[in-house]
Amino acid sequence: MSEALEVCSLPQERQPRALRLLNLLTLAALPLGLYVALFHAGTDAAQGHVQRLFYLHMPAFFGAALAFGGTLLAGIAYLRKRETCYDSFAVAGVEVGLTLALVNLVSGSIWARPIWNTWWTWDPRLTSAAVMCLTYAALLVLRSGIDNLQQRRRLSSIYGILAFVTVILTLVIIRIRPDTIHPAVIGPSAANAQGGFELAATPGVTAALLVNFPIWSLLLPLTLLWHRYRLQLRVEVLEQRKAQVLNASLRARQGSEDA
Amino acid sequence: MNNTGFLRATLVIAGKDLRAELRSRELLALMLLFALLALLVFSLALELERLGRQAAVSGVMWVTLVFAGILGHNRGVALEREHGGHDALLLAPVPRGAIYCGKLLANALLTLLVALLLLPALTILFNLPTFPAALLLVLPPGCLGLAAVGTLLATMTVQTRARDSLLPIVLLPVALPLLIAALRAGNAALGNAPAADFHAWLQILLIVDLIYLAAGLLLYEYALES
Repeated sequence: MSEALEVCSLPQERQPRALRLLNLLTLAALPLGLYVALFHAGTDAAQGHVQRLFYLHMPAFFGAALAFGGTLLAGIAYLRKRETCYDSFAVAGVEVGLTLALVNLVSGSIWARPIWNTWWTWDPRLTSAAVMCLTYAALLVLRSGIDNLQQRRRLSSIYGILAFVTVILTLVIIRIRPDTIHPAVIGPSAANAQGGFELAATPGVTAALLVNFPIWSLLLPLTLLWHRYRLQLRVEVLEQRKAQVLNASLRARQGSEDA
Repeated sequence: MNNTGFLRATLVIAGKDLRAELRSRELLALMLLFALLALLVFSLALELERLGRQAAVSGVMWVTLVFAGILGHNRGVALEREHGGHDALLLAPVPRGAIYCGKLLANALLTLLVALLLLPALTILFNLPTFPAALLLVLPPGCLGLAAVGTLLATMTVQTRARDSLLPIVLLPVALPLLIAALRAGNAALGNAPAADFHAWLQILLIVDLIYLAAGLLLYEYALES
């Protein structure tokens, strides 16, 4: 068998204990976070109930950034070590990150409709967040466009590293562009930011954020990443076996033709 | 192994690319003709009144340049592979970073040339000021940034099955931050936005340029191997 098809070992059928613990924690924490956000936190005086989306909106972005950060690190590791499992982790990072980035965009859009009176506007922050999603979607297209496995892993690692520029840009843009209307809840907002609020103004807001932030930016992405990573390792093994069967049947046919 | 200095190797490679282009003029003709056609289509499609036209001109120019650049990059890497220049470069005892810088320099200069040749047509079709000095300040960093990502990504996509069709899909999202900064700075340069905006966007453009240049320098050697 050629070295190109060598992959990391198949993950154990049974999930490791840490993952099972993480499953339970996430499953328990999601309803808890939802409860705190919906019932415990006070209603914002100016924005009303729609402000509650914030507990999901901002943490989901950081969850996406975490997953994309995983893709970045896995990309660097793959280019150095050339071990397939790093690339498997990079795929997991792209897909989980993209999902959470979409949660971020959609929740933001729903919030913006009553507060900014529009679903979407080409504000610097919104633009850079959309660019980020498009870049990682392009990474998935790039992957599917390359047949040679080693080449696919190498090139998508490069693109995964490059794509992280858009994440950094999205993070810093409301601090460097004064014309954004996107509020910064922690730290000073831009002068014409619309829809910001004080954490201390309404009781329970800080608590709800503190509960929901680790759930959406840490627990959920980590659990999803781990499951997706295990799945991708299986996919790699499947691909390898498929190639082996194909090679064997080719060789058998050649043998019968020779005879 | 590296007998040739980085700077010298860069200049030699850029010179080689530009000389080859000077002799065939294949890329220049391709990009320029495409850009002119795109301009015509834009000016037909956006049959705007005077103010609207003025507001649209920077966007039209950069979008045209980006697409012309994609066309040029695609053809450029394909040509080099056809003629065996790619293999020769891989054999050459120069740092891979110098190959990147050389190609990037040649590509940036080519795009800049197309942009400069495009300006008279823009002047006529979109009623631009005859000598937009501030716009000329935006063009070099914009073209440099486009070439920085284009050179890296075209080297990657030329190795894939989908080839030409893949480059716009991977290049456009990455180029968007550059495009937006260049477009806004150009818009301010043409007097559609306050002068403070011009400096702010030009600074962002330069920062994004630097990031992409650094990323390209680090990643190009991995993109090159085959």
